[in-house]
Amino acid sequence: MRVTVQLFARLGDLAGRREETYDLAPGARAADVWQAVVTAHPDVRALAGAVSCAINADFAPLTAEVHDDDEVAFLPPVSGGAGQDDRHQR
Amino acid sequence: MYTDRMIVEPLAVLRQPLSVETLVARLEADTRGAGEGCGAVATFIGIVRATSQGRQVRHLEYEAFAPLAVKVFQGIADEARREWHDVHVGVHHRVGRLMVGETSVVVAAAAAHRDAACRACRYTIERVKQIAPIWKHEYFEDGDAWVEGAVADPADDRARLAARACACA
Repeated sequence: MRVTVQLFARLGDLAGRREETYDLAPGARAADVWQAVVTAHPDVRALAGAVSCAINADFAPLTAEVHDDDEVAFLPPVSGGAGQDDRHQR
Repeated sequence: MYTDRMIVEPLAVLRQPLSVETLVARLEADTRGAGEGCGAVATFIGIVRATSQGRQVRHLEYEAFAPLAVKVFQGIADEARREWHDVHVGVHHRVGRLMVGETSVVVAAAAAHRDAACRACRYTIERVKQIAPIWKHEYFEDGDAWVEGAVADPADDRARLAARACACA
């Protein structure tokens, strides 16, 4: 089955792209999709443990099962309420 | 630009400059026929600041996951209505490149009385900051930075109660 993956903000910068498709085995979960993204773009590991996930534009846990044609989005921490040490400088 | 034929949704992610008056007019109209009617509209306007952490800001870029952001706004509006009955909440958030002094977000809350309107307005901007899938990229004279705070989790009750405490302080 094939899913579309969307990567936002710094996640998209780290991967070097913001949208791509992945082929996965049936029964795959969002965590497996994330693993495929990490394998393709090792730099996104910088945000491991700090991403939230959405499936078809609804928040979903990483344990949620994905289906053919799903749009799976990974979201870095949002900007609101950021403290002094939450800037990622270049 | 907002245009006459454009139906202004109360909850939206927009690329064009924001209009406080347009959002306020929509909320006043929505609230007029409900309960006691509309007696108060409180607004919050977020503006691009010239400095961030002592650095001179050249411009910002806001990125949003718009379809999810609008759903999150709706969830926040529902939360506000559970706290303050008959309150109508609007959120317009801008995306794209914004210069210093431009408006990045407008929140408006309309209610029969000022207490509910003011509290719901403060609550809504706090919640938007906590959980809306919107990211700010700061560009300086000598570099740039993504601003990252908390992992967005609408189900996190501690965050919701913190926003409520803020509104009711």
